[in-house]
Amino acid sequence: MTTKTYDEINRKIKSGKAVILTAEEVSEMARNTSPEEIAEKVDVVTTATFGAMCSSGAIINFGHASPPIRMEKIRLNGVPAYEGLAAVDAYIGATACDPERPEYGGAHVIQELIEGREIELEAWGKGTDCYPRKYIKTKITKDSVNEIYLFNPRNAYQNYNVAVNTTKKLIHTYMGTLLPGLRNATYSTSGELSPLLNDPEMRTIGIGTRIFLGGTEGFVVWPGTQYNTSKPVNEFGIPVSNARTIAVIGNLKEMSPEFVQAAYFDRYGTSLFVGIGIPIPVLDADMARRVSVRNDQIETSVLDYGSPGAPKIGQVTYAELRSGQIQVSGRKVRTAPVASLSKARRIAELLKTALLEGRFEISQPVKMFPSENSLKSLVETDKPGKEMQP
Amino acid sequence: MIKKRFILNFPPDSGDKPLSYHLVKEYDIRINILKAEVFPGKRGSLLLELQGTAANIEKGIDYLVRHNVDCEPLEKRIRFQEERCIDCGNCVAVCFAGALTMGPPDWKLQFDKSQCVVCELCVTACPLKLFEINFQ
Repeated sequence: MTTKTYDEINRKIKSGKAVILTAEEVSEMARNTSPEEIAEKVDVVTTATFGAMCSSGAIINFGHASPPIRMEKIRLNGVPAYEGLAAVDAYIGATACDPERPEYGGAHVIQELIEGREIELEAWGKGTDCYPRKYIKTKITKDSVNEIYLFNPRNAYQNYNVAVNTTKKLIHTYMGTLLPGLRNATYSTSGELSPLLNDPEMRTIGIGTRIFLGGTEGFVVWPGTQYNTSKPVNEFGIPVSNARTIAVIGNLKEMSPEFVQAAYFDRYGTSLFVGIGIPIPVLDADMARRVSVRNDQIETSVLDYGSPGAPKIGQVTYAELRSGQIQVSGRKVRTAPVASLSKARRIAELLKTALLEGRFEISQPVKMFPSENSLKSLVETDKPGKEMQP
Repeated sequence: MIKKRFILNFPPDSGDKPLSYHLVKEYDIRINILKAEVFPGKRGSLLLELQGTAANIEKGIDYLVRHNVDCEPLEKRIRFQEERCIDCGNCVAVCFAGALTMGPPDWKLQFDKSQCVVCELCVTACPLKLFEINFQ
């Protein structure tokens, strides 16, 4: 039985002797190679995704002006940033926007900062003894600020549902425009290349995992919000709907617009496409089996986004989704992705090259994620009285 | 025989002439109306697929132009900023005409403008706003 440690794998990476494959390559290899043989031959498998991840944003420290201001209301190119962090710290969320201009949001500010463009900062304060200034209007760039880093509370969902619409009305969602009468179906993960589908029980991904984030090195820092281990799994150990997530951090100053892209979904709002790559060490035959998972073994739920509560009306594999057509309620429905597989593949290849050239190393998590966690719903304690209801 | 799609923009006073009849009768062109917007007294716009010999289609278009109809090949009215495309697939999802497609092996967006029916769903579905279609 082969077992490898993180240190052993890193030594092989440093000496240029490590065998690195992408998750798609290892899935193909597994058609005629056993998990034990894969564990012997392969050291690291690179996984990747490039999709719209709404729970993303950046922390910025603007630096102090003279005289200084305690920023109590902040706008970046007119987009509100969160101001409740000391005097000149802020958080700009991807989905934040001025309601008068919904198509330009925090995601666009983040993208322009990455591109090196100037952003107009406007801030207001009440004026205090130590922060006398009440207003400032200036220009910032990623180089003019002290720190600016992406801190995304929920990214890289482990699986995601397929969206369809059975109603008679066209609807606009974060899963794209859904035509009425089951005329299209959209899906968003990169299937067998997707990071968390290649390590479904998170044996190697935890706090401190070094990853590719937006074109540079980043880290997994916490379980993502809505981290859920209690979703039903199929015979291959794959949760059949959205389950685990990760929170990630990386230095925005080093990121590339090729791997971070602002988006506006019509009549929904703004979001941020984020490129994430995670190297998964093949520690043993169990991990080899996990990373070998194929699109025909990964299933996900089909949800009707047109009906209240988005009920599940089917279950399909990624092989079916990638064929361009699935069966839902006895009908053939055309499929299309809403996340970029070509970009995800590019990330997996870049990460593979970086590992082969010894420019990237894998890291053992300093703490693993909880093995059991389920979601709570928001309970409404103060229901409006009759006079409030329409 | 070739097939080609044109966008036709009619001036306000052209509504009373049976122009398409002449295309069929005199130039032996099969016409298929894919989209029409008519605002009497103001303007009218048509997306036509013309099927016929290249020579006849050219003559037919000349005939329309002589009658003050603005005719342009469909692809000239479509602008797509391909270099900024991230190949996400949101436009493919709404393109029931099959002009925008994506699939193995490379999963890059393919845009066959000749299949476009100017439904304009891609214009709003693209999260990067890379499409522009000028029908009017």
